Amino acid sequence: MTISSPLEAPAATGVNPALKFGLLGLGLLGLIAAPWLGAYPVFLMKFLCFALFACAFNLLLGYTGLLSFGHAAFFGGAAYFTGHAAKEWGLTPELAILVGAAGAAALGLIIGFLAIRRQGIYFAMITLALSQMFYFICLRSPFTKGEDGLQGVPRGKLFGVIDLAPSLNMYYFVLAVFVLGLLIIWRFVNSPFGMILRAIRENEPRAVSLGYDVARYKLIAFVMSAALTGLAGGVKALVFQFATLTDVTWQMSGEVILMTLLGGIGTLIGPILGAGVVVTLQNYFATSQFPVTILTGAVFMICVLLFRRGIVGEFYASRLGARLGFDLRR
Amino acid sequence: METIFGVPVVALYGQLVLGLINGSFYALLSLGLAVIFGLLRVINFAHGAQFMLGAFTAWLLLNHLGVGYWFALILTPLIVGLLGAVIERTMLRRLYAADPLYGLLFTFGLALVLEGIFRWYFGAAGKPYTPPSDLQGAANLGFMRLPKYRIWVIVASLIMCLSVWALIEKTRLGATLRAATENPTLVQAFGVNVPLLLTFTYALGVGLAAFAGVLAAPIQQVSPLMGSQIIIIVFAVVVVGGMGSIMGAIVTGYMLGLAEALTKVYYAEASNIVIFVIMAVVLLVKPAGLFGKDA
Repeated sequence: MTISSPLEAPAATGVNPALKFGLLGLGLLGLIAAPWLGAYPVFLMKFLCFALFACAFNLLLGYTGLLSFGHAAFFGGAAYFTGHAAKEWGLTPELAILVGAAGAAALGLIIGFLAIRRQGIYFAMITLALSQMFYFICLRSPFTKGEDGLQGVPRGKLFGVIDLAPSLNMYYFVLAVFVLGLLIIWRFVNSPFGMILRAIRENEPRAVSLGYDVARYKLIAFVMSAALTGLAGGVKALVFQFATLTDVTWQMSGEVILMTLLGGIGTLIGPILGAGVVVTLQNYFATSQFPVTILTGAVFMICVLLFRRGIVGEFYASRLGARLGFDLRR
Repeated sequence: METIFGVPVVALYGQLVLGLINGSFYALLSLGLAVIFGLLRVINFAHGAQFMLGAFTAWLLLNHLGVGYWFALILTPLIVGLLGAVIERTMLRRLYAADPLYGLLFTFGLALVLEGIFRWYFGAAGKPYTPPSDLQGAANLGFMRLPKYRIWVIVASLIMCLSVWALIEKTRLGATLRAATENPTLVQAFGVNVPLLLTFTYALGVGLAAFAGVLAAPIQQVSPLMGSQIIIIVFAVVVVGGMGSIMGAIVTGYMLGLAEALTKVYYAEASNIVIFVIMAVVLLVKPAGLFGKDA
């Protein structure tokens, strides 16, 4: 058997900054203009929530090399926390979302503390098992209202002033949270701390021998990823005004893996693209009889077999990508 | 009426038997996972789906071809195992050089596809499978009456687990297999066809899952969802036992089935999560697992 190679994650470096920021600016402009160009705001908001979710997940898989199979616990858990805070405590939306993110971070601390004791596939199985345990707790505890879920979560008034009930107001709020989340991730990944995480991903024994407390770094990355996932989950609860068991299931954990894998593990924009593709496909098949899991599963298999680097990763590795200055480092 | 800690003895025995039955399935499935992982370094996420496939194949054989339970018990593992061999030959094989996580992701996709297809054709509702006539009715064990089929499940799974253990630990084929686990390159240099061995091993593990599926068909409803419900628990079992030892996987499977049953008797609310709690405790105390060698 060959020695396991690290996950194939590229790093874009040396790209012409004008090109990079130009593209990012264009993307942002596109998102600002999208509702005026005929895109359905609720669809856009769903996309942004999942895109942030996937980016937060990628922080862990792409930059630390840890495959969590339990991120639904943070996503769906935060949706419950935010929903509860907004509905039962009457908090304003920004505070309710913070409650969701904080709750997800606390959950991440517990699950992460246990899971980092093992590596690789064991890590994946442990996170899956613990998130399933959280699912059963959600199923039983009165605070989640069981099978019915939390219904009628109010969107409320942002800072007590701006009413978020109109879809357009809500959309720009979601977009702001999304951009804020991405900025945090970008700052985190490009900090010295992020470099240490990449070192752990590339060669854990060497990072240990250099004197880094690997377990602590992994745990911080895990909690960070959980908190940002919570941010996405909390926003989703406000957008759809409910929180249900669907978001806590293992299928949801699988979905976010698919988005990240399809877009490109370890790239900043890959997960956003992946989320866009998956959410669009789901919307398309939502009305048909064809079960979307067959499609999701098939995409998983094809992606792993044929283009492991994902859409963005393969583009970086292609001749055109190389000419533009994207560098694929293993 | 006799009681133990306030619970009638008969009820306790009844639950313990149920625990042994669940434990039988955990043992068979975690054994298959351990066999596959040992040689292929792949965690077979599709194991639950292949368990479901086993139950469905038996059901289809009975209802469409009139093949009875006993033939199905032999035929089904062969059919599903062959399907596994095809998957290994055509697709899974390409992933051995990559990070083991890709194997997990690939088989996860496979599980989704299999489950989706069966849901599409048969709906999510369970289908009944009547046990064979020789195993209907109950037997009196002296201290309690027990359906014959349940006794059969426990006996059959024990025999199967021990046979696989003996195959791997006591036969020449098993010795080659264990050698290939330690050092595939060297074993290949000795003239053993290692790629064929890998295919055989995957088929063996998948066949075990299908065997468990046939055993489960008359007890549980045959449903497309039966696999995903059990696979996560089996993952927890595997984490508790550690995948280093075949016997470890078997013993842990039965033990956790019993632990689940005892929880059902004394604190039913926690019975769904007790295995996960045990996993968390084991991770805190002995991260490598009860029988594990590697971290």
